[in-house]
Amino acid sequence: MSESTKTLTVARAINEGLRRSLERDQKVLLMGEDIGALGGVFRVTDGLQKDFGEDRVVDTPLAESGILGTAIGLALRGYRPVCEIQFDGFIFPAYDQITTQLAKMHARSGGRVQVPVVIRVPFGGGIGAVEHHSESPEALFAHTAGLRVVSPSTPQDAFTMIQEAIASPDPVLFFEPKGRYWEKGEVDVAGAGEGARVLDRARVVRPGTDLTLVAYGPTVATALRAAAAAEQEGRSVEVVDLRAISPLDTATVVASVRRTGRCVVVHEAPTFLGSGAEVAARVTEECFYSLEAPVLRVGGFHTQYPVAKIEHEYLPSLDRVLDAVDRAFAY
Amino acid sequence: MESRDVSTAPDLPDAAGGPDDAPLVQLVTPAGSRVTTPEAEAYRERVAHLDPAALRGLYRDMVLTRRFDDEATSLQRQGELGLFAQAKGQEAAQVGSARALATQDYVFPSYREHGVSHVRGIDPTARLRMYRGVDHGGWDPAEHNVHLYTLVIGSHVLHATGYAMGVQRDGLVGTGDPERDTAVVAYFGDGATSQGDVSEALVFAAVNNAPVVFFCQNNQWAISEPATKQARVPLYRRGSGFGVPSVRVDGNDVLACYAVMAEALERARTGGGPTFVEAFTYRMGAHTTSDDPTRYRSRAQEEYWRRRDPIDRLEALLRAEGTWDEAFAAEVAAEGEALGERLRTEVRALEAPPASTMFEHVYASPHAVVDADRSWFAEYEQSFEPADHVEGSTR
Ligand SMILES: Cc1ncc(C[n+]2csc(CCOP(=O)(O)OP(=O)(O)O)c2C)c(N)n1
Ligand SMILES: [Mg+2]
Repeated sequence: MSESTKTLTVARAINEGLRRSLERDQKVLLMGEDIGALGGVFRVTDGLQKDFGEDRVVDTPLAESGILGTAIGLALRGYRPVCEIQFDGFIFPAYDQITTQLAKMHARSGGRVQVPVVIRVPFGGGIGAVEHHSESPEALFAHTAGLRVVSPSTPQDAFTMIQEAIASPDPVLFFEPKGRYWEKGEVDVAGAGEGARVLDRARVVRPGTDLTLVAYGPTVATALRAAAAAEQEGRSVEVVDLRAISPLDTATVVASVRRTGRCVVVHEAPTFLGSGAEVAARVTEECFYSLEAPVLRVGGFHTQYPVAKIEHEYLPSLDRVLDAVDRAFAY
Repeated sequence: MESRDVSTAPDLPDAAGGPDDAPLVQLVTPAGSRVTTPEAEAYRERVAHLDPAALRGLYRDMVLTRRFDDEATSLQRQGELGLFAQAKGQEAAQVGSARALATQDYVFPSYREHGVSHVRGIDPTARLRMYRGVDHGGWDPAEHNVHLYTLVIGSHVLHATGYAMGVQRDGLVGTGDPERDTAVVAYFGDGATSQGDVSEALVFAAVNNAPVVFFCQNNQWAISEPATKQARVPLYRRGSGFGVPSVRVDGNDVLACYAVMAEALERARTGGGPTFVEAFTYRMGAHTTSDDPTRYRSRAQEEYWRRRDPIDRLEALLRAEGTWDEAFAAEVAAEGEALGERLRTEVRALEAPPASTMFEHVYASPHAVVDADRSWFAEYEQSFEPADHVEGSTR
């Protein structure tokens, strides 16, 4: 372990990334509900108000449209607001400001103004929560031009990507896999934010030769477990972590599928019109002659997110991913 | 002379009167005489420095705003604009309030603030780019501290509040230096007051004590809905529940609008926080060129308000005080002609942008999906033989 390497949880890695951004740029400020003394309901902003003050780590009124709308105004004045939406299901009061204002303002002004607002959203399920606390609305935002939509899957990426998101001149939806907040990993905390940008680059997490599993955020770990299980059966599965839904790094996925000839996409969001549908369409278009099987998707159903007691039947489990892998090989 | 309450039209069957019979600040009566009541004293002081030349300046602003409206409306009728929304009838509210602004102040307009953009110096042709369909915006907000017109009702009121919170953080409130202390203004309508974003903006402004003025032009109509569909109490009372000082002003009285705005701006700049202003006025024209007001309001009501035209009122004041100047009026009329001529020429010359501009500024930094779409479109365009470009080609 090098001097600059620390073992951090995903939540702590984001906290460290936020801290660095706050230190680096006086214009960065955090806004959200309960992010101050409490440190956020997931403690991601723990200790930051104490160190940076109430003016830079701001407990806002309980009004999501108000948070986003005033963040836009602050960005127009030269600030870089990082807004926390307490849970995925509560982003909708702000949906109007995000899609009709935040996403369009740079274009509306002919490039004259920038609105570098970051929206942090703990998302995804598997935590046994009540309604509105387990959703995956990323496709709704990726469908809107003008927004960048990303999701880290590891502490290292969480640390690096949050800083890159804050430095981005574009608005960024930063979807944090809340079910993975407490997973630990090594994080190189030196010099992050200065190297090559990873924010919109997919990466091959595990190389393989026979099938490509495409995932992001919370499902990357599931995909890795599936790849390990498949290996027992003599199947070599490559895992690609998209990192970004918008822009979609098609090139990395296509290069992988051209080699493997099979592709399965895994996300928690419903498969119907989800980001996996976009991956499938693009892979089909660009890898048609390399494909041994149709691109398959594993994800949530076209239902309301179910109650906690049965949510594990809804989420793309290891078994459902392996089932899709089997089906892909059966063609 | 005594102040006369012109806010209500009780004799009119469909006047939007209902909740609007509350007292309002007035400095000039519709007949053109100064209001001398003791209640108006503080506001009178705020316009005491406006000499006859300054009053004629306000008249000029209002006439040119009206002329801009008329010209844009006829350009729309000729098919040169896709749509237009007139400010007609609201010139006093817009010009009076905007003339009270300082250069460093920042404005967030909605879409019919042509009097405000005139006062701030935005190029008249640039203001019509959006309505012609060649631009979603049209000007550089930084040039005159006027943000772009916002079409989603109420959204920009939050932006103004956030911007004001930024001004506050920049330390530009309460410095005592009139060249630095900065206020922010959101212009919006009576219909907008029902939007959640306006209420949220009042919450954020109040708890942050932000230097923002909520300038609501109650023109009594939100397309076809009278203001009575938005509230059961006069709109200015919206402010008090949020702890925001509120005032109702005769929106057809340019001096009263100036005075009330000057007071609100001073409060904002000196650290006194937000103010809610209701300027009670009337939308004399249709909502937009696509609208037909005969379907929802009476000629009698329109006529009632036509007799309370804000430009006539200022002319009456100038005449009553012996400062009306025929030569000046002729000069303004000639300036109006020149403006009309210029708009007719310049608007017609605004060409459609190249189709490829839609791929510009989608993001501020490169985005692979946009890049791919842009290249596909360029190749598609190039795939046509020059002969395919003849007019009438079906592609
Ligand atoms: C959120 C939203 N809903 C509906 C519309 C359609 N619309 C455009 S103008 C308007 C009326 C607005 O009335 P008001 O706020 O009084 O402003 P005015 O047009 O009178 O200046 C409506 C309903 C819109 N632009 N935005
Ligand atoms: Mg109105």
